[in-house]
Amino acid sequence: MKPFRIIGRSIRDAFKSVFRNFSLSMASILCATITLLVVAISLIIAGNVENATVSLENELSIIVYLDKDATEEDANFLKSAIEKIDSVESVTYKSKEEWKLEMSEYDPSFGTIFENYDKNPLLDSFTVTVTDVKKLDKITDEIREMDKIDSANYGEDAVDTIVSVFDVVEKVTIVVVIALIFVTAFLITNTIKLTIYSRKNEIEIMRLVGASNIAIKMPFVFEGFIIGILGSLIPIIITIYGYIISYEKLNGHIIAEFIQLITPYNFVFYIALIILILGAVIGMFGSLRAVRKYLKI
Amino acid sequence: MKFIELKNVNKTYSTGVTALADLSVEIEKGEFVFVIGHTASGKSTFIKMLYREEKPTKGSVIVGGVNVAKLRNGRVYKLRRKIGVVFQDFKLLPKLTVYENVAFALECLGLKASEIRPKVLKAIEIVGLKEKLRSFPHQLSGGEQQRVCIARAIVNEPKLLICDEPTGNLDPETSKEIMKVIDNINKDLKTTVIMATHDKEIVNRMKKRVLLIEHGILTGDYLKGSYKSHETI
Repeated sequence: MKPFRIIGRSIRDAFKSVFRNFSLSMASILCATITLLVVAISLIIAGNVENATVSLENELSIIVYLDKDATEEDANFLKSAIEKIDSVESVTYKSKEEWKLEMSEYDPSFGTIFENYDKNPLLDSFTVTVTDVKKLDKITDEIREMDKIDSANYGEDAVDTIVSVFDVVEKVTIVVVIALIFVTAFLITNTIKLTIYSRKNEIEIMRLVGASNIAIKMPFVFEGFIIGILGSLIPIIITIYGYIISYEKLNGHIIAEFIQLITPYNFVFYIALIILILGAVIGMFGSLRAVRKYLKI
Repeated sequence: MKFIELKNVNKTYSTGVTALADLSVEIEKGEFVFVIGHTASGKSTFIKMLYREEKPTKGSVIVGGVNVAKLRNGRVYKLRRKIGVVFQDFKLLPKLTVYENVAFALECLGLKASEIRPKVLKAIEIVGLKEKLRSFPHQLSGGEQQRVCIARAIVNEPKLLICDEPTGNLDPETSKEIMKVIDNINKDLKTTVIMATHDKEIVNRMKKRVLLIEHGILTGDYLKGSYKSHETI
């Protein structure tokens, strides 16, 4: 029963202390709020960049055009040949007639243009999807070497640039998030140190009357926990509402149509949960570190 | 084995200052011992070693069968629970009442509220502050604050009461009253009392055992001693 009584008292004392030393607690809470807010924003950016990269990669496919004089037999032969290449997921055939029809439906002016030709000027095509985007290069080259192939492309230059830019952005945001977590921990530790400094008499007396180190640390750990939780509230609210509103304002995409944002539901709650846990854990460890200084015997 | 036993104790601080040199002394259970000496003579170090605020550099300090010198940090609190400490500057918590200050000591140990109350009331009664239960430290005189400090020190019924200049901030009349309280605790509760002091009058009047520490060396050990026993101080 005794440990429970000590825990109960610790929680009670922690709440008392947060409100009794309100200005100092406020400093710690605000410091947590600001840094956690930046962490939340960085997490949102990192999550979206990751998502955009993945979805972009999944949409990548190779467009293969067959030679003008390729027959249906050739097409069938090529189709099965491509399907045999390693990492190829699917091969969809679209004849030049289908293209013509589709284009005319898309814009009737195409139809008038096509009327000027005796023969269909378009080419038969394959759309090749792959299971591993890193092999796009190799697969494309392999297809190009086949007979009766006019061209095979996956938009190399644009894709490579976007993927490498995203890669850099992602790495930078991860570094920023980690750095910020350390900064948060450091700032919270320091502000809690101030609170504890003002109570070093109390700690001294606790030590003298024979309170165990755990019993001395516990109220401060709970206090750090409370400060961390209170400090994460505003960032959580801003994350949830801010992201939902921005998502709606931007219609779910940013810069270009194909860079989709993550849909808000669930995603914002994950971020909120991460921020809450980060705040609580950093608060607890921060005050544990701070109080340890006064416990050296 | 004696209750308190110091053997060849040396203490050198990291600054190079030697506070105690080859000090050996034994104290029986229930004794009342004064420790006297000039400022910086090493008597504070001696006192602090008994409740392990300081560790000896060499030698052994045994209190109630425990070698304090070898006590691990994590277990110090067990020793402290057997010892009450009274200071010159009281060290009361300003935001707590008299009752809460005394109860604080037991709350830290995780006692039940129903166990705490009778113990606290008894300790406060012993020091004669029953009427001031709800007062805050700043509403009390120096003597009364020292009584609260004593009540807090004895509330857990320690076997040893250590007093570091408890009358240092008090006028002679109040000092007398405080000494009466401490003397009664020694006699009625059979608590061993070790007290560092500068107060000649108290030492001369009480006729207790006196340890004289000079420049870190125990130069005198007088039963029923007084400042008159030697002329150096």
